[in-house]
Amino acid sequence: MYVETSRLNGVRWSTDRRGIGGIVGPRSGPYGGRANHTSSFFGVHLRSFAANLFAAALLLLGTAAQAGPKIETWQTANGARVLFVAAPQLPMVDVRVVFDAGAARDGERPGLAAFTAGMLNEGARDWNADTIAERMENVGASLSAATDRDMTSVAVRSLTREPALTTALETLAGVLAAPSFPADALERNRENTLIGLRQEQEQPAKVAQKALYRQVFGGHPYASDPSGTEESVRALTAADLKAFHDRYYTGANAVVAIVGALDRPAAQALAEQVVGTLPAGERAAPLPTVPDLGAAALEQLAFPSSQTHVLAGQPGMARGDPDYFALYLGNHILGGSGLVSILMDEVREKRGLSYNTFSYFIPLAQPGPFLMGLQTKNDQAGQALGVLVDTLKQFAAAGPTDAQLTAAKKNLTGGFPLRIAENAEIIPYLSVIGFYGLPLDYLDRFTDRINAISAEQIRDAFARRVHPERLAIVTVGGDQTPVPVPDPAAAPAPAAGGPG
Amino acid sequence: MHRRPIARALLALPLILALPAPLTVLADPPKVFERQLGNGLKVLVKPDRRAPVLTSQVWYKVGSSYEYGGITGVSHLLEHMMFKGTAAHPAGEFSRIVAENGAEENAFTGSDYTAYFENLASDRLAIAFELEADRMRNLRLDPDDFAKERDVVTEERRMRTDDDPQALTGEQFEAVAFAASPYRNPVIGWAGDLEQLKVEDLRDWYRLWYAPNNATVVVVGDVEPEQVFALAEQYFGPLKAETVAPPKTQAEPEQRGEKRLQVKAPAKEPYLLMGYKTPAVVDAAAPWEPYALEVLSSILDGGSSARLERELVRGSQIASSAGASYSAFSRLPGLFQLDGVPAKGHDIPALEQALRAQVERLKQEPVAAAELERIRTQLIANKVYEQDSVFNQAVKLGQLETVGLGWELADQYVERLAAVTPEQVQAVAQKYLTQDRLTVAVLDPQPVDGKQPKKAPAGLGGHGNVR
Repeated sequence: MYVETSRLNGVRWSTDRRGIGGIVGPRSGPYGGRANHTSSFFGVHLRSFAANLFAAALLLLGTAAQAGPKIETWQTANGARVLFVAAPQLPMVDVRVVFDAGAARDGERPGLAAFTAGMLNEGARDWNADTIAERMENVGASLSAATDRDMTSVAVRSLTREPALTTALETLAGVLAAPSFPADALERNRENTLIGLRQEQEQPAKVAQKALYRQVFGGHPYASDPSGTEESVRALTAADLKAFHDRYYTGANAVVAIVGALDRPAAQALAEQVVGTLPAGERAAPLPTVPDLGAAALEQLAFPSSQTHVLAGQPGMARGDPDYFALYLGNHILGGSGLVSILMDEVREKRGLSYNTFSYFIPLAQPGPFLMGLQTKNDQAGQALGVLVDTLKQFAAAGPTDAQLTAAKKNLTGGFPLRIAENAEIIPYLSVIGFYGLPLDYLDRFTDRINAISAEQIRDAFARRVHPERLAIVTVGGDQTPVPVPDPAAAPAPAAGGPG
Repeated sequence: MHRRPIARALLALPLILALPAPLTVLADPPKVFERQLGNGLKVLVKPDRRAPVLTSQVWYKVGSSYEYGGITGVSHLLEHMMFKGTAAHPAGEFSRIVAENGAEENAFTGSDYTAYFENLASDRLAIAFELEADRMRNLRLDPDDFAKERDVVTEERRMRTDDDPQALTGEQFEAVAFAASPYRNPVIGWAGDLEQLKVEDLRDWYRLWYAPNNATVVVVGDVEPEQVFALAEQYFGPLKAETVAPPKTQAEPEQRGEKRLQVKAPAKEPYLLMGYKTPAVVDAAAPWEPYALEVLSSILDGGSSARLERELVRGSQIASSAGASYSAFSRLPGLFQLDGVPAKGHDIPALEQALRAQVERLKQEPVAAAELERIRTQLIANKVYEQDSVFNQAVKLGQLETVGLGWELADQYVERLAAVTPEQVQAVAQKYLTQDRLTVAVLDPQPVDGKQPKKAPAGLGGHGNVR
């Protein structure tokens, strides 16, 4: 949402504009990371973060009239699942290899998954970091890696002409199968990661996000931030990285997503080339289940900032949840549709309290969070939090109006073609469908499933699954005077749940 | 990355690397069709039929560099108010209609432009045109809405700048680097100016700049140019033109010696930001100079194999992160910028010295042929990648047209960059990256204290007040 310009330099139009918040990388969500912390220095100000938030919610859409792209799938010899969409118009290819090797696999070493991914391009085979960078950039290709709670993704974009394609794929295969984790690079990355962690402490949004995940997930692996902790990062060793790599970077634990100007045989050869040298290995064990939040919790952190960042959350839902469509559509109306959401109306349009306010579910392998948030000047924090919670209560109790429901359905179904227009947009869909084992016709059927949801189903799902009286709440900002939190049971925000 | 990329870092790359040009046969970039309506509105159409979608963008020639002291931020605040309704489409109606049509909408304000966009299915262009045409001339600007929106923008400023130490450093840096150029003012406006802006200021600003003869409509997507022109005539054609006077020039006087500043803010790590006064295409002494500066920027920061990462982050390990940026396509001359965060065991003076040594080297030795070859290859590749997004293609056209250079430059840009020689890179380094043109800002971290976790007793639940 943060999407990213100035003079001519600055149109803030990063991929976050229609990103995939919380799904692929810690950078894509509204409280997901530095990518979201652009500033006025960039010279351009989007009217709101809405486009991004909206985007964050829109992972899987479909429409009867607009079928999704034709997805082909198979397995490599060593067990990696491949999803492929032919896109012959442009002479380029995107490849994303996704491992079940997210931060939830960090165990006793917070930050291990992300640190391992960050070291892949520091050395592999007999290449050092300079060689790897040259190999990619001298042919106009790019290589990137990202780690979120569920997955580590390593992505390449290349032209399909030679020698670009062969060079880029050979490089990708090398960094996946034979990273060398050189000692000097490891120490450098350690120190730079520590600097990054300290810089996160400068950012009230990031401080709030970390605190909220701890509150929501308690002892579950999702509680831990993918970037780790200072203490843990200091202790990481090359042996830790190697063991993590050996365990999780395997064929059986991988999904390969491919979109580009290739035919099926070429895509098959590509997949074998990229992951074929990985050992077959085995899939990572299922993650532990997420306990319900027992009681409400409130954590207030002082911070030398002019604004207080307010976040509220609880465990939400997993991929494939039976209530997925009702909760997804309901949240779209509540706080997932940007400028036209109920939250935006209550918090920003009616009261001018915050530039940005949102709610969203991040569906993960196990229930990921349901989150709401805003940021406002310190002496308004109590009032704003009251509006946030009241709005949720009202919506959870009453559900959407027919007008709201109809508008949301039109928005989601009418916007479907936009979500799959770019190769860069199809790739994350393929990753998620493959990683979470969603049916291949998921995109094709999405519109029908959205259209089938009634207002009563949304109300019922929110009543059962969302618990305003048991929210974990974190505020970060201002001095140590506790934020006066209004009684959430009293004085519901006017018109929440009303026509919109 | 531990350094919020400086402005040009973001744009420099996409721009340098992504503009379409007839340089290669990899993929023919679609053609651009142009039409000017009787009222002066320029319409640019670039058909791209890969997907049944389009982006519709309206670009106005107004932004923070058109502003003057006392009203800074007025362009951006007006941009917010453009969503607050007209007589025909009252507040909320615009966004509601757009949403019900499945469109993405937003707007952005820069130093040199203000732009509004809708991304939508390709059979719905008329909806975007009807709404945009209406708010081009008929904005309501209600005082109550204004008061609330000014609060919203003030919150936006707090979030983006006041509470972000690197952003704050950048804001102060530009205010010092430029003595008179309006680039000294932040796009979002100074807090004091925002506080005293009145709805009347916005009315005046709207009347001055929001007219068909001061705007460009750009449509990229699955469309027929003639149909787009017909729709544009239908919706925008009836709008009246205005007399639009060019903004005051506010010319920057010659800088006479290095400037330095310190910014104290709560932070955990220091940050260094340097900028040399450089020409842009609009005022360059020789036409190739800005392109040589763009190439120079890529030599330093065009990827992980470029000099800053290779030599300062990985090699000497003086920088935890470092970057360079420049834009040839601003409306007024700007800066060539360098920035960075020192690595462990190094301080700001060491980092500054290392960055200055990089600049010295560019003056002393010509860049290697292999480095130029890499940049050319990246240009060609990114020209293909750019075509994956209709939105980004439209932005390039809109920007070039709006800053006054003409969209046609999009077709010539890559060739001009590819033609830059090592001697030209060396020449611009010697001529412009000099100490007397330099401004240096240092973020001096102040304690981020009061952060002791204070866990309040659980119990928001029930009906009790939680303190």
